[in-house]
Amino acid sequence: MNEQAEGLKRRGMHGGIGSYVTGFVLSIGMTVVSFILVASHLLTSLGTLVVIVTLAALQIIVQLFFFLHLGRESKPRWNIYILLFALMVVVIIIGGSLWIMHNLDRYMIMTPEQINTYMHNNEGL
Amino acid sequence: MSKHVDEMAIEISHEEVVNAKVTLGFWTYLMTDCVLFASLFATYAVLHGNTFGGPSGKDIFDLPYIFVETMILLVSSFTTGLAMIAARKNNKDQVLTWLIVTGLLGAAFLIMELTEFSHLISDGHSWTVSAFLSSYFTLVGTHGLHILTGLLWLTVLITKLFRQDITSTLMRRLTLFSMFWHFLDVIWVGIFTVVYLMGAL
Repeated sequence: MNEQAEGLKRRGMHGGIGSYVTGFVLSIGMTVVSFILVASHLLTSLGTLVVIVTLAALQIIVQLFFFLHLGRESKPRWNIYILLFALMVVVIIIGGSLWIMHNLDRYMIMTPEQINTYMHNNEGL
Repeated sequence: MSKHVDEMAIEISHEEVVNAKVTLGFWTYLMTDCVLFASLFATYAVLHGNTFGGPSGKDIFDLPYIFVETMILLVSSFTTGLAMIAARKNNKDQVLTWLIVTGLLGAAFLIMELTEFSHLISDGHSWTVSAFLSSYFTLVGTHGLHILTGLLWLTVLITKLFRQDITSTLMRRLTLFSMFWHFLDVIWVGIFTVVYLMGAL
């Protein structure tokens, strides 16, 4: 009984040694492949970019799953909902910033000198 | 006997509920930290091309050096996991060993990062030079600051472990620390790829 109680007590978000080793080996593999691809210029720039971004996303998922043991707890899985919400905010912040700033950059016709003159003439605007 | 067992079951479930709540609360904090890093990543992504006549990432990043740094942090994330496994087996000596290894690796990572920073600054590439360097130092420096916080936390945990056994409170704190440390490695995967690998392309 006591042993069972101990087992119950320590149950929760965790995995065994196998989970950590799997995550570790996969992460090392992906980091090494990304590094070699960039250092050796095996692929074109665009090809390398696509591969290393994919590998990074995969590695993050691997670490969330094997190191942080996401998705192994009992329902309701509030932490998954919080993660998804945070992910949405992250996408809006990063994607939105790039979108807005790219547009600003593209449609800003004035040169820096013109901007200075404009701001000087419209002081107090 | 049966009454005794019932009482024990209630006690266990109460502790489990507390653990689940604390873990979820800490997880929520980590996700807000994630949003902080997202803002810094967005800033870097927008500004990384604005070098203002100064160097670009390609000119100043030493990729093999950063690769070693990355490996060190990854191994330290793994040894945290080993410490957690030992803690669940109630093997205090092993927990201490793995935590100390984690701390040394974390310290090595931080020293390497600070060395890199001081080289950049002494070469005249400080954060005042361009928008690119400002956003770079802010993003990577914030991660480094988190690592420093983690190391202080780890020192407290190790000191406590030397003095006392693995109680349920200490077990909870170890769990939260391991989550924090794994999370920092996840963020570093992003920094390694977005800042260093993409910068070297």
